[in-house]
Amino acid sequence: MLRAFLIALLLATPAAAQNLVLGLSESEVAITTTFDGSDILVFGAIKHESAVTQEAKLDLIVTVKGPDQATTVYRKDRRFGIWVNAATVEVDAAPSFYAIETTRPIADILGEEADRYYEITLPRVIKPSAEGHGDNDVALFTEALMRIRQDANKYQLREWDAALIDNTLFRTDVELPANLVEGAYEVSVFLLKDKKVISTYSTVLDVRKAGLERWMYNLSRQQPFYYGILSLIIAISAGWGASAIFRVFQR
Amino acid sequence: MQIYLPIAEVSVNAFLLLGLGGIVGILSGMFGVGGGFLMTPLLFFIGIPPAVAVATEANQIVASSFSGVLAHFKRKTVDFRMGTVLLVGGLIGAALGVVVFNYLKSLGQVDLLVKLCYVVFLGVVGGLMFIESLNAIRRTNAPAGTAPRKRKNHTWIHALPFKMKFRVSGLYISVIPPVIVGVVVGILAAIMGVGGGFIMVPAMIYLLGMPTKVVVGTSLFQIIFVTAFTTMLHATTNYTVDMMLAVLLLVGGVIGAQIGTRIGAKMKAEQLRILLALMVLGVCSKLALDLLLTPSELYSIGLGGH
Repeated sequence: MLRAFLIALLLATPAAAQNLVLGLSESEVAITTTFDGSDILVFGAIKHESAVTQEAKLDLIVTVKGPDQATTVYRKDRRFGIWVNAATVEVDAAPSFYAIETTRPIADILGEEADRYYEITLPRVIKPSAEGHGDNDVALFTEALMRIRQDANKYQLREWDAALIDNTLFRTDVELPANLVEGAYEVSVFLLKDKKVISTYSTVLDVRKAGLERWMYNLSRQQPFYYGILSLIIAISAGWGASAIFRVFQR
Repeated sequence: MQIYLPIAEVSVNAFLLLGLGGIVGILSGMFGVGGGFLMTPLLFFIGIPPAVAVATEANQIVASSFSGVLAHFKRKTVDFRMGTVLLVGGLIGAALGVVVFNYLKSLGQVDLLVKLCYVVFLGVVGGLMFIESLNAIRRTNAPAGTAPRKRKNHTWIHALPFKMKFRVSGLYISVIPPVIVGVVVGILAAIMGVGGGFIMVPAMIYLLGMPTKVVVGTSLFQIIFVTAFTTMLHATTNYTVDMMLAVLLLVGGVIGAQIGTRIGAKMKAEQLRILLALMVLGVCSKLALDLLLTPSELYSIGLGGH
């Protein structure tokens, strides 16, 4: 919400001398039964209104952000000789997926202030709850959250991966893993100069279960009773069918 | 071939699932056990969320027990009366188990509960079975002379009230012990995603004194209804039954079970039992080590706030 508001504000400001246009290779990702991840091409162009900025050293950050989820991070500790979840930190909002693609190392192109304002890097995106942590060091828990999701390829940081040609055309590939959560994925482009964001643009990539997946998921949530009955019917007929088939073979 | 599971929301190899179903099916056919106690931990190991693994496995057990119970119906080796009494206990137990399961899930301790249950029950049952079958092998090797075990010995069980006649089993005992056995098995079904045959069968033979020939059919009769009920409870309260996962596992499972039954018929009972005991102890120690050794990642992520 905040980001959308800021973007609207920014686009209205006359100081923004650049306009961004952005396209995606697909406007929708369908999770079907055989879904095995997907590559999305993010491309676009920068429209310059003065010759000066065309000469300047520009950089680009592209982010793809999955739906926010309330998340709990547990830490194990040894109790009575066994390892149990002993400490927890609540995170109000952590994206289920987050990819950052940049033209150069992010520390060299993004200033602290711009990051705070636009919430681009992971520590800015992940929001732990304000209270109820006890004596736990919240930073350790959010670091762990990032580490685990990075290992699972759900949080990605690809520096040098975005290409900016002649300060005008840009493109980058975002690799969506197979274990995607459905929802609206926000694709944002930030144009940077001297560690400041000078222009930005966002669009939405829809990730939806499709076909059989969609049908099963909806049934399980909207008609759980019939879903359960259907599971049992399938199970019983499969169990009965298999023994019947084997009896035929035996004869 | 990767396949996306709609409820578990993970993508796994379809052949891996078919293969797992097949292998566990062969083992369950060989040993005459449901196989839930092997399949559920294997699903944990390949990355299926524990809550989904437990609920889906309950659904799969319905399938694998159904063909078994049909065969027992034909041979008239099901004690319906006893089965119904066990079932009443089982339904109470399953409901209790799901309540406990959901409570611990909200505390973030459900993994621990499931794994602890596995370690305790697999350890005890595997250990007892191992000692018993070692003794049996020693007995067959030793010259004859040991007296056969006396069945239907009168114990405290016969002093309890609410007696009932179980004609097929040839018993006249109180309904309290079978109901308690049923409750325990129902709790285990809901928490561990198992049929509970590995607890119920010994309890029926040693505790209730039922004749061996009706034990398996009667336990299967109870297991079908209790696991079906558990499936419904998990499906309606947790939405964790994954139909796609269940279908893949049971296709492999029912085929494997038919093959396993044929292999099992060619082996000696003592050999089978000692193999099964070793396997149970193997799964148990793997899970125990996970709890006892320092994990490589101390942190884990759960979805949803409190």
